[in-house]
This record gives sequence, C-alpha cells and structure tokens, in this order.
Amino acid sequence: MELFDLSVITGSLPQFWRGLWMTLQLTGFALLFGFFAAIPLAVLRLSPNRLVAAPVAAYTYFFRGTPMLVQLLLVYYGASQWEWMRAAWEAGHPVWTLFREPYFCALFAFGLNTCAYTVEILAGSMRNTPHGELEAAKAMGMTRLKALQRIVIPSALRRMIPAYSNEVILMLQGSAIASAVTLVDLTGAARDVYSRHFAPFEAFVFVGLIYLALTFVLVGLFKLAEHRWLAHLAPRKAEAGRQS
Amino acid sequence: MDALIEYSPSLLAGAWVTLKVALVSVLLALVTGLIGAACKLSGFLPLRLWTMLYTTVMRGVPDLVMMLLVFYGGQVLLNLVIDHFGWDFIEIDPFVAGVLTIGLIFGAYFTETFRGAFLAVSAGQLEAGRAYGMSTWQVFRRILFPQMLRFALPGIGNNWLVLLKSTAIVSMIGLSDMTRIADQAGRSTHQPFTFYLAVCVLYLAMTALSSYGLGVLMRRYSAGVRETQV
Repeated sequence: MELFDLSVITGSLPQFWRGLWMTLQLTGFALLFGFFAAIPLAVLRLSPNRLVAAPVAAYTYFFRGTPMLVQLLLVYYGASQWEWMRAAWEAGHPVWTLFREPYFCALFAFGLNTCAYTVEILAGSMRNTPHGELEAAKAMGMTRLKALQRIVIPSALRRMIPAYSNEVILMLQGSAIASAVTLVDLTGAARDVYSRHFAPFEAFVFVGLIYLALTFVLVGLFKLAEHRWLAHLAPRKAEAGRQS
Repeated sequence: MDALIEYSPSLLAGAWVTLKVALVSVLLALVTGLIGAACKLSGFLPLRLWTMLYTTVMRGVPDLVMMLLVFYGGQVLLNLVIDHFGWDFIEIDPFVAGVLTIGLIFGAYFTETFRGAFLAVSAGQLEAGRAYGMSTWQVFRRILFPQMLRFALPGIGNNWLVLLKSTAIVSMIGLSDMTRIADQAGRSTHQPFTFYLAVCVLYLAMTALSSYGLGVLMRRYSAGVRETQV
C-alpha cells in the first residue's frame, strides 16, 4: 500500500469541490448573520439599564462558555425532544420544520455562536471610544442614537478589525464540525474519501492544506482591510528632511 | 429529569474524562510551548523556520481535521510498524490521539504566548542579575522565568479556556467524554435536549471554576505590580 496516492485526490476532486462550497456557505452565511445581529446587540450589551444588558450578557456567556459542537448537537438532535416541535413537523409548519434540516441547524448554531463572540468584541471596541469624541458629538447637538450611528459604531467597527479577523478564522475552522450532523463540508468530504479508499493521509492532508490556504486568504484580506480602514492608527512613518 | 438523575453517574464519569483530556493536553501544550518559544527565540535560523512552519500549520488547520489525521493516519503508520516487526495488532487509543492532537495544536498557541512574554521581560533585569554574579541558569530561574510567567498568565488563561471547549471533538473519534455520553443517553431516553443542556452546564461550571482559579493565580503572580489608576 502506498502512503500517499495522488490519484485518490484527483479522483475525488468533485466531492472536495462540493465540500468546499458547503464550508464556504456555512461560514459565510453564519458570519454575515453574526455580524449584523451583533451591532444592535452590542448597543444593548452596553446599555446602562441592567434589565436590557443582562439578557445579552447571559446569551454571550452561554455561547462563549460552551463548545460549538455541543451547541450544534443541542439544536439539531435536541429539537426532536419537544412534543410541540414534533407536532409542528407533522403539521408542516413553515418555520419549525427548518429545525429538521441539518443545513439550517448548522447555520443557526454557528450564527448564534459567532454572533456572541462578535457582540463582545464590538462592545469592547465601543467601550474604548475616546471620551472627547462623544463630548464633541453632544456639543454638536446629536442625540444618543445619532452619536451611536455617526460616531461610536463606525469607529468601533474600524478598531475591532484585528480582533474580528481572529473570530472569522476561528469560525472557518470551527465549521469543520458540520459533519457531526451529516453535512458534507470539506471535512465531511475528507471523511467520505477516507472511508471509501482507506486513505487517511491523502484525504486529511489535502483538506488541511485547503483550510490553510483559505486561512492565508482571509489573513491577507484582513491585512488589506486594516490598511484601508485603520491607516490613521498606523505608526507614523518618518519623513526625511521635514521635522516639526 | 428522572432520566438525568439515572444517567448522572455516567455523565459525571464522562465529565472526568473530559477533564483528564483537557489537563493532560494542557500539560503537553505548556511543555511544547516552552520548547517552541525557546526555538523561536534561538539564534539558529533553521530552528526558527521550523517552529514558524509548526505554529502556522497548527493554527491554520481545524482541530477536527488534525485529530482525524492523527487518529486514522496514526493507525496506518502503526500498522506499518507492527507489520515490520511482526507484532500483534495494536489499536490506536482515542485518548492518546486526542491528547496528542490538542496538546500539539495548543502548543503552537502557547509558543506565541511564551515568546511574547519572554520578550516582555526587560533586558535590564537580566543584566542586573548577571551583575550580581548569578549564573545563566540562576538568572533564568530567579528572574526571567517568574517574570515571564506574570506576562504569560493572561494568555495561558485564555488558551486554557479555548482548549477546554475544544476537548468536545474527541467524542467524534469515539472517546467516551461527556459529549458522547450525552449523545448515547439522549438516544436511549429520547431526551437529547436535556442531556446536551446538562453538558453545557458542566462546561460552564468548568470554565467558571477556571476563571476563578486564574484570578487567584493572577493576583499571586502580580504581587508588587501597581495598577495604573486613571
């Protein structure tokens, strides 16, 4: 038996391709949902009213304190425990039947998970808004909402880019557990190829390299984003012959 | 609820497996991290490049993929060795595969943590130690290491919390940790939600306890550091 047989990989390329597409969809949609839901939630998280802030804090505490795999299993397998849920499935309810679909359940769990982390990253970034900027906004006669919309949120979104890039990469890698609920993502494709050809090195090393390449692409994109939106925070370059 | 009480002994046994995986992994990761940091800070270029490759690959590939590679690929390699020497068949242990994978992955994260922490200790302190006539080893043991640990502690704490949660994937290579026990109990009692929720609560208890312990350690290791009051 050969330890590394390239024909196993070339023969299964369509399968890997579909797996890659599934991984990108799951990661992309979950991140999209997580990002946009995190903006209002981060505002609520920082609310001086504890009745508003506490539920959001409890949500992020739960999702950041438990493994995403358990969250996924809780959503997908746990849903069938409830009598009313099963009744809704029988009746063909348009929303609750979604919880029978592994694809929807994965998006649901991943989305809520990444949203929880993003809320904390964004809230931390908003807390670090320079005090003077808020005072200036108030002096210009902006309401709290206007100041949030024009000053606090845009600058917090810029400052969160480095921390958020970490979260995006972790989400891409975390999505590898999707095969636990029968979805065939990149890792799922590798598991299929492994069990069909009994070729662990070909299957797992190949998808490992794809994940690595995707990570590099993301790191590169975030470098560009930082260059574009965080240029004002970069260390000043020394200018020859001009000192002030 | 009755089902939960009935299965609580096996669930707690699973929690103990989870804890064992996490503790052995973090020990391996700490040792790997210290060695990795030493390699990254060494003056020998091939060693630095090799460590850079290690940290990049370990942090760029999902833990599950790495674990499946170690578990299934390790078995193939083991079979080759067994064939060569004509031994009896040995099955690769999911505990060993899990600990090895998680330990080596987080070794990469700890490498970065320790590297930063070693660099954060000011050179003047080391010079002062040498000026007192301490040997290189004494400087390391009395000055560099304790102060490095102070700088590394927040990073160690963060990595530990992430590591603890990533132990859940060992259930996917057949180790009976609490996630897998919950899966089995949920199937046989038709109450999967209850059991997965119980696992969540157990994880939350472990992370809460760790956070408390890390707070105590932080206070101990930052004795004498005055916090800036704004």
